[in-house]
Amino acid sequence: MSRIRTEEMIINMGPHHPSTHGVLHLVLHTDGEVVTKIEPKIGYLHRTFEKHAENLQYNQVVPYTDRTDYIASMNNNWTYAMAVEKLAGVEVPEYVEYLRVIFGELNRLASHLLFFGAFGLDSGAFTPMLFGFREREKILDLFEMTCGARLLYNYIWIGGLSHDIPPGFIEKTYDFLNDFYLRKDGKDALTEFRKLLTANRIFIERNADVGILTKEDAINLGVTGPALRATGFPWDLRKTEPYSIYDRFDWEVAVGRGEYGSIGDNMDRYLVRMKEMEESAKLIKQALDQLPSVKKLDVRSAVPNRIRPPKGKEIYFRAENPRGELGFYIRSDGSPKPARLKMRSPAFCNLSALPAMAEGWMLADLVMILGSLDIVLGEIDR
Amino acid sequence: MQGIISLFESGLGLPELWAFVIGVVVFSLLIFLFIALFVIVAVWLERKVSAVIQDRWGPMRAGLTIQGELQTIADTVKLLMKEDIIPKPVDKLLFILAPFIVFTATFMVFAGIPLGPNAYSGTFDLGLFYLIAISSLGVIGIVMAGWASNNKWSLYGAMRSVAQIVSYEIPIALILIAVVMYSGSFSVKEIIATQDTGYGIFGWFLFRNPFMFVAAILFLIAGTAENNRTPFDLPESESELIAGFHTEYTGMRFAFFFLAEYANMFVVGVLLAILFLGGYAPIWHVAALADIPVLGWFFGSSGFWIILKAMLVVIIQMWFRWTFPRLRVDQLMYTAWKVLIPFTMAIIVLNGIWMKLFNLI
Repeated sequence: MSRIRTEEMIINMGPHHPSTHGVLHLVLHTDGEVVTKIEPKIGYLHRTFEKHAENLQYNQVVPYTDRTDYIASMNNNWTYAMAVEKLAGVEVPEYVEYLRVIFGELNRLASHLLFFGAFGLDSGAFTPMLFGFREREKILDLFEMTCGARLLYNYIWIGGLSHDIPPGFIEKTYDFLNDFYLRKDGKDALTEFRKLLTANRIFIERNADVGILTKEDAINLGVTGPALRATGFPWDLRKTEPYSIYDRFDWEVAVGRGEYGSIGDNMDRYLVRMKEMEESAKLIKQALDQLPSVKKLDVRSAVPNRIRPPKGKEIYFRAENPRGELGFYIRSDGSPKPARLKMRSPAFCNLSALPAMAEGWMLADLVMILGSLDIVLGEIDR
Repeated sequence: MQGIISLFESGLGLPELWAFVIGVVVFSLLIFLFIALFVIVAVWLERKVSAVIQDRWGPMRAGLTIQGELQTIADTVKLLMKEDIIPKPVDKLLFILAPFIVFTATFMVFAGIPLGPNAYSGTFDLGLFYLIAISSLGVIGIVMAGWASNNKWSLYGAMRSVAQIVSYEIPIALILIAVVMYSGSFSVKEIIATQDTGYGIFGWFLFRNPFMFVAAILFLIAGTAENNRTPFDLPESESELIAGFHTEYTGMRFAFFFLAEYANMFVVGVLLAILFLGGYAPIWHVAALADIPVLGWFFGSSGFWIILKAMLVVIIQMWFRWTFPRLRVDQLMYTAWKVLIPFTMAIIVLNGIWMKLFNLI
């Protein structure tokens, strides 16, 4: 009897696929269920952000940064604002810095909560999505009462903020933190998440030892953020090169320890984000505690009227986004518009590690590995 | 063949063939009505159960009260009015046939399920065999749907479905042996009669010995796998295969797959009820009620008890769905071949030892 003829099947995953988190197109070469080769195709959401920025004044670019990584708009605003402040030499008041930390960390929480939900969905569990969104909703409410927007905030301006916090904001944030991790009666959100998903045997089986990324590979492929920290490398820009006022707070960098499998597997990437949520909440609490002792002033007082950095000056500034290291390279030609603006997108670099991580794994694992990278296509395509 | 068909044979004075035909048609309509009603209730229930689990309200608008109990009917109307799309590259005959085969298989299972001592369409001495054999026929329709759709994702779903259902048939069949060891018969009525000992729930096979208890849990697991529900919903896993074998289906054709899925949930519930929970035998016999016209019928032979027990299992399956993530293909196979089958075999042996020790044979 002759052998049954078998051949590779080429299958298009996306751009319309529920688990590609947007319009990512993966061309998969599959041998049965096993994925042997992955070719990511991107660009479906390309909006020429960088070219746009060359035709806009510095402060007008801020709303565009919102739209790159729309899950973490605050952090994008913030990184861009810090880059321009450094370029143009703008001093930011302490009060503004505190609010920026609070909002930046709140948005990091919101982003990780979305990851929690989406990752649960990738693994086939529907309920984590709702649990994650319940908490995220409270954060969005806080944002809405501050700046009126729920997704694209345009809140952190160069040299300041668009609005001061409204009355009642601090109490509401404390309420949120209490529900999120402070209350010790076992009904806080983080404990619920742990019980619902982290402790689930099927979830652990699906993620432990899957999609292992070694420290060397991660560094060589330019992976940053939680995916890099999950390999056991404690690289968090907030700690390693502290910007803003992060050196005033007491917190830890979450790293992968291989609790359920090997270091750098899916489970580690998940756990690092879960731990980061707790650390972010701690940071918010400390910032809120210290806020009353800071001199309150108009948050727009330091916003410069015109920004004209010296001719030929250039800068590369990077900060820790929920997805990893977000960098802005800006070159000035002395005009009110940047001569060149380049954005280093963390999700783009993280995605480039996908073939290295997921080739040889099954289709179902590929979905989980992609989910564990927590990509946002708006940022990849820009 | 007995039951309602015999009513037509004897009562109406018609020629035998006509009586038979009318009996079959009427009974089929009754089953169809039952399935449709059940699905309407079950879909609403599923949405409400998921809402409770997920801290939300679920459907609240459609209906007479404020609980949205007519939501499913509204959904059905929507599905009926949808355009029936048959994509060009599909194998038309198989594509059209597939949903009906899936549904027919489920439908035929209902013919073998007794809802009460007198409410059944037909009993066979090998009733259990019939139920198990027919319930796995649906996989043919799933393969047809997957193959005919001419869609690689659908094909994945179909192939997974075959592997899964074929694997999980085995533990189910082995568990049946454990049950038959106690009942001494493959007849569904006989199995229920053996459990109706007058001691209420203590007559159930579930509580006969510890191994039977484990067997019931294994049956629930294998049954959930058999009807493609989470955590075994690989054939239609939406995060991997979009919608698996029914990706290309729209409108009523899709609704038939949907109908079959929910009806299968009931089948698993009813099988578990028959095998381990005493079937239509009441949880307690109230002698005083037996003579009251309506109540006596309701609590005696209306199918109230078996539907109650089956619904309990259905709700447990819903609970599974909204709490668990999904297994991977190899883990699914591992669970079937390396966990369930050895365990069920051990249960058969231990059951035998138990029965010998306590002189039950």
